[in-house]
Amino acid sequence: MSIIETKGVYKTYNTTKVPVNAVNGVDLKIEEGEFTAIVGPSGSGKTTLLNMLSGLDLPTRGDIFIENTNLKGLSSSQLIDFRLNNIGFVFQAYNLIPVLTVKENTEFIMFLQKVPKRERQKRVKELLGAVGIGDKMDYKPSQLSGGQQQRVAVARALASRPKYIIADEPTANLDSVSTSELLELMAQMNKKYNTTFIFATHDQRVMDKARRILTIEDGKILKDEQFDR
Amino acid sequence: MLRAIAWRNLWRNKLRSSIIMAALTIGIIGAVEMDGYMTGLTNQRVDAAIANEVSDIQLHNPGFLLNQETKYLIPHAGKKADEIRKIANVKAVSVRLKGAAMASSANAGAGISINGVVPDDEYRVSDLHDHIIEGTYLNNKQKIPAVIGQKLAKKLNIGVSDKLIVTMTDSTGTITNGAFLVVGIYKTSNTDFDKSNVFVTRKDLANLIGYPTNAGDEIAILLNSNQHTKAVTKKLNTLFSAEVKSHKLIIQSWDQIQPLLKSMVDMMNYFSYLFLIIVLAALTFAIINTMLMSMMERTREIGMLIALGMNKRKIVRMVMLETLFLSIIGALVGLAISILLVDYLSIHGLDLSSFAKGLNSIGYSSTVYFQVNREFYFTTVIVVVLLAILASIPAMMRALKLQPATAIREED
Repeated sequence: MSIIETKGVYKTYNTTKVPVNAVNGVDLKIEEGEFTAIVGPSGSGKTTLLNMLSGLDLPTRGDIFIENTNLKGLSSSQLIDFRLNNIGFVFQAYNLIPVLTVKENTEFIMFLQKVPKRERQKRVKELLGAVGIGDKMDYKPSQLSGGQQQRVAVARALASRPKYIIADEPTANLDSVSTSELLELMAQMNKKYNTTFIFATHDQRVMDKARRILTIEDGKILKDEQFDR
Repeated sequence: MLRAIAWRNLWRNKLRSSIIMAALTIGIIGAVEMDGYMTGLTNQRVDAAIANEVSDIQLHNPGFLLNQETKYLIPHAGKKADEIRKIANVKAVSVRLKGAAMASSANAGAGISINGVVPDDEYRVSDLHDHIIEGTYLNNKQKIPAVIGQKLAKKLNIGVSDKLIVTMTDSTGTITNGAFLVVGIYKTSNTDFDKSNVFVTRKDLANLIGYPTNAGDEIAILLNSNQHTKAVTKKLNTLFSAEVKSHKLIIQSWDQIQPLLKSMVDMMNYFSYLFLIIVLAALTFAIINTMLMSMMERTREIGMLIALGMNKRKIVRMVMLETLFLSIIGALVGLAISILLVDYLSIHGLDLSSFAKGLNSIGYSSTVYFQVNREFYFTTVIVVVLLAILASIPAMMRALKLQPATAIREED
């Protein structure tokens, strides 16, 4: 069964005199455990599509089903809860909470989910060890490199045990070494936890790792390629 | 964890938070000290009025209050005084024979109120003996003694051992006069009182104007504390109900005798709270500004929190906690310093001797001993908490309106 299914999804912006279709009738199915990259030039609509897949934005027309839930049927409060319990995020600019330590940043999402403290601490230890940052649990984000911060972001995304992780240009701010390490890490996590990863990216190195590449242009999916990696 | 985030967010911009906290601290010190000054000033005035001028409760023949004429005596004043002494919380009772008179010396004359008192009883009711600056207080061994205020002594140009001539109406309505020997000069914080009140023994005054030596037209009652005024007044009204009902006797508490003083106390109290609210309301705008700035700087971060799944309730709690921490720290530091300052000034007083002339002329002391009621401190904390909650609303609204999809792409 598909974890995500979109049916005739459109997103139209009316900010100028002429309405602009950022996403122009996308039909898509993503299965559990996929490692998928959405690629395309700037302004092609990949971020808009990603926002809709993550419940941060709703389609103007069409439906998005996450398993059996139609996101369009959820109120803004329900969407927040839905994101909390189903979706993990890795952002381009890491977006860790600067006043919290690495440990607390990872724990925070579970705090929101009301996971018991003992369970939170167990998961934090396991995840930070898995992303190779277990020795920096009490560091603040500002004391870490970009690559290390993004590892914490991956641990945070996994901490909530989401159905899938949305990663918007996760390597854009990283050097080549950090990029390869991060991609390797995400591929491992994908295999270890069978967590679905969906990337929006320009980065060829990400595309080289992806097992499925969706090429989008003018809000439409032009190509849908599968790779055996 | 929200508490930790809110607390640490507070210190992200240490300078900005410290400035707001300092503003609150100074504002609260200002408001509390202002209340301490005003309460101290008015309470001292009330205490002085009770101790030297009116006592806690007075009994009169209603006619006396209209004309201040000695003929309006209180029937069986001595017997009544004995009954009053038996009432709980009554500290002392003095029966006075009082009237309007003209005092004169070889040099000048002045209208006065002459108070014929039993020295020992008056000693217990009034603090006048503590204000003798020259000579001695009245006693029964002296011959026709009189104690006068410093202002009157100056006006009449007389001193201790000089003669004071008193002219007044006697029991038959005839103008009579007599000579008293000035044995003491007093000075209170009320120059008007000092200018117009002469104290002599009741026996001497009664002899001069032809009344029995135990006659009285005023019974002054001092209580253990003015907190008992209402209860004792009620008891007196019950005890002398027949005379009160038939308008032969009127019982008044100090605030009824000096309504202006009572309204002054109420007004000062009102102004203290008004000042507190104005100061804190002004500071609220500074807190609103700080919190809005903080939210604007953290647009991306808050967008990220909403994206991750932080619900509106938790966002509201986080912003409110930040505002409360910011406000309460400033308020608590302000209150702590204020309490220490009030403590010091309640013992050592604030010396306003350069304004003594003006203050004394309206009955106020030139050294003000600060007093702040517990309710004022309590109200300050409540008002700070309420205003902090109010001040957090604009920042909260801004945070709640954020669209996570756009907010997370905001530049720092």
